[in-house]
Amino acid sequence: MSTSVLSTRNLQKKFGQLVVARDISIDLPKGARYALIGPNGAGKTTLINLLTGMLAPDGGQVFLDEADITTLPPSERVKRGLVRTFQINTLFPNISPLEAVTLVVCERKGEAGTWWRGLPGYGASIEEAYETLKSIGLGDHVDRPTRQLAYGQQRLLEIALALATKPHVLLLDEPAAGVPKGESQELFTAIAGLSSDISILFIEHDMDVVFRFASRIIVMVSGGILVEGAPAEISADKRVHEVYLGSAHHA
Amino acid sequence: MTDTATPLYNPQDLMRAQVRWRMLETVFWVSALLPFFVAETYLVLCTQIAIAALFALSLDLLVGYSGIVSLGHAVYFGIGAYTAGLLAKYGWGEPLSGLLLAGLVAMLFGYLISFIMVRITHFALIMVTIGLCLLFEEFGNQAHDITGGHDGLQGVRMWRLFGTFRWDLYGFTAYAYSLVVVFLCFLVIRRIINSPFGLSLRGMRENARRMPAIGAPSKQRLQIVYTISATFAGIAGGLLAQTTQFVALDALSFQRSAEVLVMLVLGGAGRLYGGIIGSIIFLVARDQLASNNPQYWYFWLGLLLILVIIFLPNGILGGIAHLLSRRKKS
Repeated sequence: MSTSVLSTRNLQKKFGQLVVARDISIDLPKGARYALIGPNGAGKTTLINLLTGMLAPDGGQVFLDEADITTLPPSERVKRGLVRTFQINTLFPNISPLEAVTLVVCERKGEAGTWWRGLPGYGASIEEAYETLKSIGLGDHVDRPTRQLAYGQQRLLEIALALATKPHVLLLDEPAAGVPKGESQELFTAIAGLSSDISILFIEHDMDVVFRFASRIIVMVSGGILVEGAPAEISADKRVHEVYLGSAHHA
Repeated sequence: MTDTATPLYNPQDLMRAQVRWRMLETVFWVSALLPFFVAETYLVLCTQIAIAALFALSLDLLVGYSGIVSLGHAVYFGIGAYTAGLLAKYGWGEPLSGLLLAGLVAMLFGYLISFIMVRITHFALIMVTIGLCLLFEEFGNQAHDITGGHDGLQGVRMWRLFGTFRWDLYGFTAYAYSLVVVFLCFLVIRRIINSPFGLSLRGMRENARRMPAIGAPSKQRLQIVYTISATFAGIAGGLLAQTTQFVALDALSFQRSAEVLVMLVLGGAGRLYGGIIGSIIFLVARDQLASNNPQYWYFWLGLLLILVIIFLPNGILGGIAHLLSRRKKS
């Protein structure tokens, strides 16, 4: 456990009678590129909500850098470097990408509580926001209201907002959701190119992408972890074929 | 695709362009001086407009910039009015310190009430703000010995402004005093909106769910903006008490809460000048329409409100901005 940046012990969560998290224990080592897969309703997004504090677990613990963060509010976890993106665009429609990312940078630097100084006084933060947008390929689209961006650009902004917090653990909830297959490869190439200081757990349905970019795969079924292993082990696992890959073929 | 080797724009310039002081703003504030020269008989109305504009601006911080609705904002307006009025009635008629205290007392109430406000959203928030407003109004009514109840607070005596300027019958002093106070408050509010804090308010308005995911302590921010907003509402109320030397119970009323929201929505929420334009239209229209046919005023107001909401959902200023941007493109 000493090498884990993010881990859970026996996480439990129920919605009424429905068990959405069943005894979940995972360990994410430094620099990880882990994929989280499973059929719809397996509890993947719920797990991300539990990890980031957007849902409170009924039982179990979450550790970040070996500190128990189970009861820490979401914004505090972000300050410690545990950051997520959303499957459905969760952006700021009527402000520009430059303003949105500048806001994130200001939050990180503790400048966002300042009300007596105008934004132009924060040149360093604005420049950093611009560089972040440029690095992800949005350098030409910083000034329009976010709602006017193309869908694929909005997906990139979703990630840019997370990157601007300078995370060291990044949880990507279907970053390529809704993006055409060809472009999702590009998007994942950009993700794979991120610094190895950032440990990544991503949810993805496209198996080509998963097997290409994940160093290890966690398979979830009805709220619990079915199996965890290297891509080769997972693709050879019979149970995985039955409940996930198999059923996908039938469907 | 454009050539990415040469940057299309400087990001800092973009941000500067967003917040720079525009020529039209100078024109607007200079023209606010015109009533002194051309409309002396309307100075009282102009004072009311200035006060309503500040009240609407304070509400805009919540409704337009932070995305939280309040139908009980008159609570702070009334608290400011009674604070300034009571001070003057019981021997302290100095206007500036009285106004400062009106703001501070409203600030204190705003801070205390903010603990409730950040725990609820949407529909519940609207109901609770109405409830609070009714509560305070009834308290003002019952506390007859202090507030004068429905008869209003009589016997408010203001000292001369700076010990020099009399509160004249035409309202020269009242308008000059109100205009300067409102302008200074406007500058502060403008700065707040254009600060990183203001940007985080817009973030909450645009997507409250994302804010914790970027590390923003939303509840704390909301409490601060709620307190600031209450302070400016209190200053507006204090101004009304001081310039009319009277406080009516309706300073605290639900109707006043609703009217200020109507002014803001008419002008355009979240646009800095929306509340100001809205209060000008509202009060000038009321003055004109009510002088002809008092009972029909609400008919015309209702009609105007419906038309604006349907055809100009971002208010009159929003509609103008939309027209201008379409012109630019074609």
